Amino acid sequence: MGCTAGRRPRCRAGLRSWTAVCKQRTLWLQRSACLNTQQNTVPCHVSARSASQTTVDPEEVRRFQSLASKWWDEQGEFAALHAMNDLRVPFIRDNLLNVHRVRHPGKPLRGLRILDVGCGGGLLTEPLGRLGANVLGIDPVGDSIGTAQLHSSIDPDLCECVCYRASTLEELAAEEDEAEEEQGAGQFDAVIASEVVEHLADLETFAFCCNQVLKLGGSLFITTINKTNLSYALGIVVAEQLLHIVPSGTHDWDKFISPVELERLLESNGFSVQSVQGMLYNPVSGAWSWTDSTAINYALHAVKVRDDPHTEQAGGSSTHPEDHHTTATHG
Amino acid sequence: MHKLTRATLAFNGLGRCLIAEKHLSAIKITSRGLVSAEHGDDSGKNEVYDVIISGGGMVGSAMACSLGMDPNLEGKKILLLEAGNKKVMDKVPENYSIRVSSISPGSATILSGIGAWEHITKMRCKPYKKMQVWDACSDALITFDKENLQDEMAYIVENDIIVAALTKQLDSLSDNVQVKYRSKVVQYAWPLPHQAADSIPWVKVTLASGETVQTKLLIGADGPNSMVRREFGIPTVKWNYDQSAVVAVLHLSEPTENNVAWQRFLPTGPIAMLPLSDTESSLVWSTSHRLAEELLELDEESFVDAINSAFWRNENQSELIETAGSLFRGALSVIMPSAGSPRQLPPSVAGIGPKSRVMFPLGIGHASEYIRHRVALIGDAAHRVHPLAGQGANLGFGDVACLTQLVSQAAFDGKDLGAMQHLLQYETERQRHNLPMMAAIDLMKRLYSTNAAPAVLLRTFGLQATNMLPALKEQIVAFASK
Repeated sequence: MGCTAGRRPRCRAGLRSWTAVCKQRTLWLQRSACLNTQQNTVPCHVSARSASQTTVDPEEVRRFQSLASKWWDEQGEFAALHAMNDLRVPFIRDNLLNVHRVRHPGKPLRGLRILDVGCGGGLLTEPLGRLGANVLGIDPVGDSIGTAQLHSSIDPDLCECVCYRASTLEELAAEEDEAEEEQGAGQFDAVIASEVVEHLADLETFAFCCNQVLKLGGSLFITTINKTNLSYALGIVVAEQLLHIVPSGTHDWDKFISPVELERLLESNGFSVQSVQGMLYNPVSGAWSWTDSTAINYALHAVKVRDDPHTEQAGGSSTHPEDHHTTATHG
Repeated sequence: MHKLTRATLAFNGLGRCLIAEKHLSAIKITSRGLVSAEHGDDSGKNEVYDVIISGGGMVGSAMACSLGMDPNLEGKKILLLEAGNKKVMDKVPENYSIRVSSISPGSATILSGIGAWEHITKMRCKPYKKMQVWDACSDALITFDKENLQDEMAYIVENDIIVAALTKQLDSLSDNVQVKYRSKVVQYAWPLPHQAADSIPWVKVTLASGETVQTKLLIGADGPNSMVRREFGIPTVKWNYDQSAVVAVLHLSEPTENNVAWQRFLPTGPIAMLPLSDTESSLVWSTSHRLAEELLELDEESFVDAINSAFWRNENQSELIETAGSLFRGALSVIMPSAGSPRQLPPSVAGIGPKSRVMFPLGIGHASEYIRHRVALIGDAAHRVHPLAGQGANLGFGDVACLTQLVSQAAFDGKDLGAMQHLLQYETERQRHNLPMMAAIDLMKRLYSTNAAPAVLLRTFGLQATNMLPALKEQIVAFASK
């Protein structure tokens, strides 16, 4: 069969030289020095994220474009993401079942509208569709959406539940905004951003848009990587350069965010964090497991408790930086 | 048919009519929500099922019931394909059928979970509380019984009754499970890898009627000569025993409580008498091909004599063995005076049932892989054993329970039902259970197939020692009861 053999990641001894790693750290230090002189709109600590009105980072888009056809190869570059479904699907399903108590045997998530932000090839979108939810997957990379659509079109069960759109979250939120008057605030019962926030340019806008598109009481699920020394060592050096669990250059340590910060960010945008749980990847078995420590990967479930106060303010984007600035000085 | 339509319509304008026909089939296909229309495929019906079970015997039907009753699989499309006719049993026939199975308590629990055990007990089944196994070449014997003779050890149920009970249960599940009788499969096609363009990634099954169906998961329950196993090129380790089993229904000389299963190991093979009622028992006599044919030729009286002498006569014992056996027994009784049980003799046989005796060849087989992408084997298709331990059907029911639980969990996790991950788990779990059992049965068969003194001595001592150790016997019974 060769399956068990294929599942183990290739452990080539392709160790990047220390100079390259050191270079990366010096670049980071230089960038942070530059940022200090710039006017920034994010909280006091140094961050590599630039102030922008879009959450999308063009670098990231370019990187994922080249990998667009490889999403569904279960032993390929995205093997770890396929394996992560064993944790994230039950996490999402069980938390949603706790909130919505109606039971539909066979289709536990029937009647729920879910938005999968940064769906990529639809790895997480498809299982949720199979569980009966009405899922919309969005991703800025057009090729990934093409792959996702092709893959889901083969299965007759998925055709009705799952649809994809090449769009960013802000574009979607803007559309929702226009339709709001007729349909009321927010359209989705749940928004999922799995392995996404570490690739975004602007987290404030992201949190704001999530709030906009969610119904009151709706759930937000995020899985991402913590910003610690351990996550640098294991998440970048080991995972990318040593064991090639993840294609090299996928992650930028500067964009990682700790659960505490993420919680703070979300709470200032009208969310209440319900649970945070650590995840651990075992490269030998190729499987994920829950763990107490959130030092590397973690999953977070938050619930929208109020409409973002900023939505009440009319006006265009020019008012936003000031509002964020206000929050920063008060926070 | 196609040509005729075309020809007649040719007079009305060939092009227009052909287009209309194509549109018609396209409409039919799209109304079912199928994909094949994209590929311009108008091979008629091409429904995609979630699970197809090939083979409607005891194990296949049990699998269909089990999946159909699972709450996580509600709304899924399940199809059972059976080449034979539907076996309905409105009234239990007076005469016992000759093929029976020993159903362990574990299997009874599984059958009760799928709602079939109730039907079986209402129809006919015989629980037995004790089993005596002894050697023809020595005095050694071993008895298995539950402590106080209150609990049942296992049940003897006719195969026809099991299938009829399962069929009845399937009738009540007709919303979830569709059954196609008299549908023989002529071809299976591998799922193509998803990367290939324009490929249909499901398993394609072609029936003799020309119909094709597709499925996300194919379960092969089509017996020891499994076509599924063959077509998917799964390597099998198998060999034929040089033995055939003769089966018949026996009438006992006088009515008795008849709750004991008897098995005696003759040098030519084991002979077993399994209780069916107070006056009747089932015979399973595994012996060499030649002897089996001879037995079938005998008239009734001679056949009955042969059976009785097989159970009662002691001519195979040599003095050496007898002395050694009694010495050893003496030694053991000093160590454990209370253990051990006296040898009992089975009831004598007076006649045989109205249905004629049948013989069938015996062999052992084990598929080295139980699974492939989108394919799983259960029951005799995956493993075939000698009937001497009465475990064949029980292993199959164990497969059913394991695979159902894993498929159910996969569905609850939103997974593709044909994905390798949970199928690999099924294979690992069942191989871990089945292989030791098969090895033990094969070992027993080999050990008891010879007259040679060393082997006889070994098994004599082994049997006597095991008989004296209740803890070990309990372990054996527990393992066989799962």
